[in-house]
Amino acid sequence: MVTIGLTHYLVVAAILFTLGIAGIILNRKNIIVILMSVELILLSVNLNFVAFSAELSDLTGQVFALFVLTVAAAEAAIGLAILVTFYRNRGSIAVDDINSLKG
Amino acid sequence: MAAVFFYLFSVVLIASAFVVITARNPVHSVLFLILAFCNGAGLFLLQGAEFLAMILIVVYVGAVAVLFLFVVMMLDVDFAELKQGFQKYLPAGAAVGAVVLFELAFVAVNWQSAPTAHEAAAVPILAQVTNTAALGEVLYTKYVIFSQVSALVLLTAMIGAIVLTLRHRPNVKRQNIEEQNSRTAKSVVELKKVPSRAGV
Repeated sequence: MVTIGLTHYLVVAAILFTLGIAGIILNRKNIIVILMSVELILLSVNLNFVAFSAELSDLTGQVFALFVLTVAAAEAAIGLAILVTFYRNRGSIAVDDINSLKG
Repeated sequence: MAAVFFYLFSVVLIASAFVVITARNPVHSVLFLILAFCNGAGLFLLQGAEFLAMILIVVYVGAVAVLFLFVVMMLDVDFAELKQGFQKYLPAGAAVGAVVLFELAFVAVNWQSAPTAHEAAAVPILAQVTNTAALGEVLYTKYVIFSQVSALVLLTAMIGAIVLTLRHRPNVKRQNIEEQNSRTAKSVVELKKVPSRAGV
């Protein structure tokens, strides 16, 4: 039986991070999927934090993963609130229309 | 046994993340995002981060993903139109993904831990303390400033979300608490002396 070490978790986190980055580029018009891709990226970062925390038997990684979760929750709430406001004003959520928000 | 669960969780995690970014229907994306978070929580559990695993289930699946689902279902958007650029962006997305994956693989294979990293642990994990108790122990002592600031971040997010989405529509009757509290019996009740048998 293979023992699962730090490298296994790092590879999973790397693949997840890559999928998140690719998701942002592939769904450039759909801001909801972009927000979900950002959540995936933050999950992969948390996986890294927890993997190093377990490897070094240091709790600090888990503490910072907790703060990353906090910021991710705040980001999702604000992002979706902006999205709802934008939809009310423009009637669409296409990213191409969002440049009308500037100045 | 841990290896079996590791491969189960990580394969389902990556597969569901793939479906999240490629699904045609955003509702399916959100549902697979929930599946991805559940499997991420499983990976946390395998590494002994029990509290974070439970927080991931409670906060992400319970709040954030449901918020996403709520917004996706509430907005009446033609998602087929939003999906149009997918083919066009596929080469660029694949290229950037390949570059990022190559770089991350390069780091993941070639990195080395400092020999003193184990001794340098700021908060060593002790076997006799449960994960939740140990986290609470440092969160309210060593990292109290950070936890207060993250609470401030959450407060800002809450106020921001309310301010952004609240709208006062005209012609809607609202409660005016100040006016209600300043009412007295003298100002609203009037006693009339009505003569007997004369009607009003």
